[in-house]
Amino acid sequence: MPEIKNYTLNFGPQHPAAHGVLRLVLEMDGEVIERADPHIGLLHRGTEKLAESKPYNQSIGYMDRLDYVSMMCNEHGYVLAIEKLLGIEAPERAQYIRVMFDEITRILNHLMWIGAHGLDVGAMAMFLYAFREREDLMDAYEAVSGARLHATYYRPGGVYRDLPDSMPKYEVTRWREKSEVKRLNTVREGSLLDFLQDFTERFPKCVDEYETLLTDNRIWKQRTVDIGIVSPERAMQMGFTGPMLRGSGVEWDLRRKQPYEVYDQLDFKIPVGTNGDSYDRYLVRVEEMRQSNHIISQCIQWLKDNPGPVMLEDYKIAPPPRMNMKADMESLIHHFKLFTEGFCLPEGEVYTAIEHPKGEFGCLLISDGANKPYRLKIRAPGFAHLSGLNEMVKGHMLSDVVAVIGTQDIVFGEIDR
Amino acid sequence: MALPDFLNNYWILLPEWMRLVVWTGIKIGMILLPVIICVAYLTYFERKAIGYFHSRKGPNRVGPWGLGQPWADVFKMLTKEIVIPAKSNNYLFIIAPVLAFAPAVAAWAVIPFSPTMTLANINAGLLYLLAMTSLGVYGVLIAGWASNSKYALLGAMRSAAQIVAYEIAMGFALVGVLMVSNSLNIGDIIQAQSGGISQWFMWPLFGLFVVYFISGVAETNRAPFDVAEGESEIVAGFHVEYGGFGFAVFFLAEYANMILISALTAIMFMGGWMSPFSETGPIGQYLLDIPFLGALLGDGFMWLALKTSFFLLLYLWFRATFPRYRYDQIMRLGWKVLIPVTIVWIFGEGIAIALGWKPWL
Repeated sequence: MPEIKNYTLNFGPQHPAAHGVLRLVLEMDGEVIERADPHIGLLHRGTEKLAESKPYNQSIGYMDRLDYVSMMCNEHGYVLAIEKLLGIEAPERAQYIRVMFDEITRILNHLMWIGAHGLDVGAMAMFLYAFREREDLMDAYEAVSGARLHATYYRPGGVYRDLPDSMPKYEVTRWREKSEVKRLNTVREGSLLDFLQDFTERFPKCVDEYETLLTDNRIWKQRTVDIGIVSPERAMQMGFTGPMLRGSGVEWDLRRKQPYEVYDQLDFKIPVGTNGDSYDRYLVRVEEMRQSNHIISQCIQWLKDNPGPVMLEDYKIAPPPRMNMKADMESLIHHFKLFTEGFCLPEGEVYTAIEHPKGEFGCLLISDGANKPYRLKIRAPGFAHLSGLNEMVKGHMLSDVVAVIGTQDIVFGEIDR
Repeated sequence: MALPDFLNNYWILLPEWMRLVVWTGIKIGMILLPVIICVAYLTYFERKAIGYFHSRKGPNRVGPWGLGQPWADVFKMLTKEIVIPAKSNNYLFIIAPVLAFAPAVAAWAVIPFSPTMTLANINAGLLYLLAMTSLGVYGVLIAGWASNSKYALLGAMRSAAQIVAYEIAMGFALVGVLMVSNSLNIGDIIQAQSGGISQWFMWPLFGLFVVYFISGVAETNRAPFDVAEGESEIVAGFHVEYGGFGFAVFFLAEYANMILISALTAIMFMGGWMSPFSETGPIGQYLLDIPFLGALLGDGFMWLALKTSFFLLLYLWFRATFPRYRYDQIMRLGWKVLIPVTIVWIFGEGIAIALGWKPWL
């Protein structure tokens, strides 16, 4: 009889559940995983190195492309690092706008996660339900920045511009009738804030809908309960953050522990899990969506009541109003200098971290006093999670690898950078 | 069958056996062609239905309401290059889709479409059906093995284990039907359910009915039991290396099997072409006397079509909403839940028959 050996299975990078370009080399004993070896680097674009050759303000757009499902949060981490080194702070209204869009981004990310996780486990409907709501939030992105994905909306010293008074609207096409367009546009008649308010009112019902499909579903529970258990100690040792850590029962949220912007003035709760399995992480993320929704509604209220500047009036950092440039030579020079040379940061080293939807997103910025960073190091939460993959899937079956990849909420833009 | 004179002259010149062959061939064509067209439109129906389940539209570009989509798909599949993996077993690789497809359509021979329409009214029809539906797994196994791909092999292995488990549950469920109807002939099984909706076997055999349909879903590798081709795990499972025509044949087989299982569930447990109203029933006695409407509501093919469509919709519903089982969980469900349920049910049924207590009569 021939000797029975383990075999290796090449999982990805061309695989429907690889979440982009994950390549796993699985050592398998039948259907059981003995060892999972993640190979990274297939989406490496050299973001950190690229940032070293550009003025600070020109790298913001690269941050969107790191974790491409939670764009503005990446920008936030980077912009905050610059602001910290400069010693400036954005106006309060800008801070509220940032917090609001951070939470919108969190919902965007978690919707993407619930859809992709559902699809990995085979629940097809989740993906489309989640994308239905994502579409509305994408419209909010579009309304403030003109772009649905890569917004480049946060700038050092505030945000690019104030919230718009009108929303982009649907138009009649061959495939979209007048009555349907009218229905779609009813919530888009007012300002962006009106639109978002309407969204926050309907979103909890949508989350209920997702939960009816999954939370008590026997198959879903069989596929997630006790899969990929991480103990709280081990989660901390491996550098897990965000829902991956909170799912294990550690109440660690930078929005609470190291409040930045206006998080200390807002009311929200931090959900934590108990068992540290995939199902707990699922529950944590679903609750986070509800909490984010709550934060957004608080921000909307504040923003409606408190108009004001959204950008510092320091023309060395923020561009002057376009109207001034037409007549005022100094403004024109400021504008020219800002968009060619940028601005210089004082010599020094700074680390900022924000509570990104996936965990702690950190930026280490080292400046030698020039107009571009000497070194920019990005701490991507997904990187630490992926390195824990082997431990999480060992002894599970092939199908569980997919479920674990789903629960880790991996996006390769940030891992490979 | 009255033929024109000139044709009739040739027809009677043919020897007896040749007439039989030609006539059977025509009948086979009359079943096969509609089945294939049904498969084509089942894919359309599936995409539309699941589309609406998902609050999207489904295909709507080719032709009015996207009705041309199946033909566009067929055209695309048939014109694609056939790629045979370099280190595969060529012969088996090519024969596998045929092995999957042939039993799926051959099983249709014994299905009675209406009181008079059936190709082969054989006495061991039920046995023949069991044989044919189990043969389909060979296509899957051989495809998985011949492809020389680890994903395909995994898919084939899962499929083999799954079919063994669910074949038993399915067989036991049919044994229950057989015990009640006292016949292996499909026509007799339907006749045994005459007398309106209350006489259908789904009431006394409710457990077996549910088990049979669940096993049927598993047998055809459909969600939530689609581990053999589990999209997100082993990509496409046993047919991962097939493209174009080979894939199209597997696809045809899978959908033909789906329709077959739905039709069989309708026949075994819901009276096949029987109308839910009977001439002697409380509503039927008035309803069936109404001219035109009465004829429409009486026994006939449309009832079979309606019942089959209902089960097909269930298939699509499962696929649209359920997550996928893990391979070992499927095994557990099959061996530890479905098979015990059928055994207990058959045992109870046997006791009832032995005691002469027959609630279904």
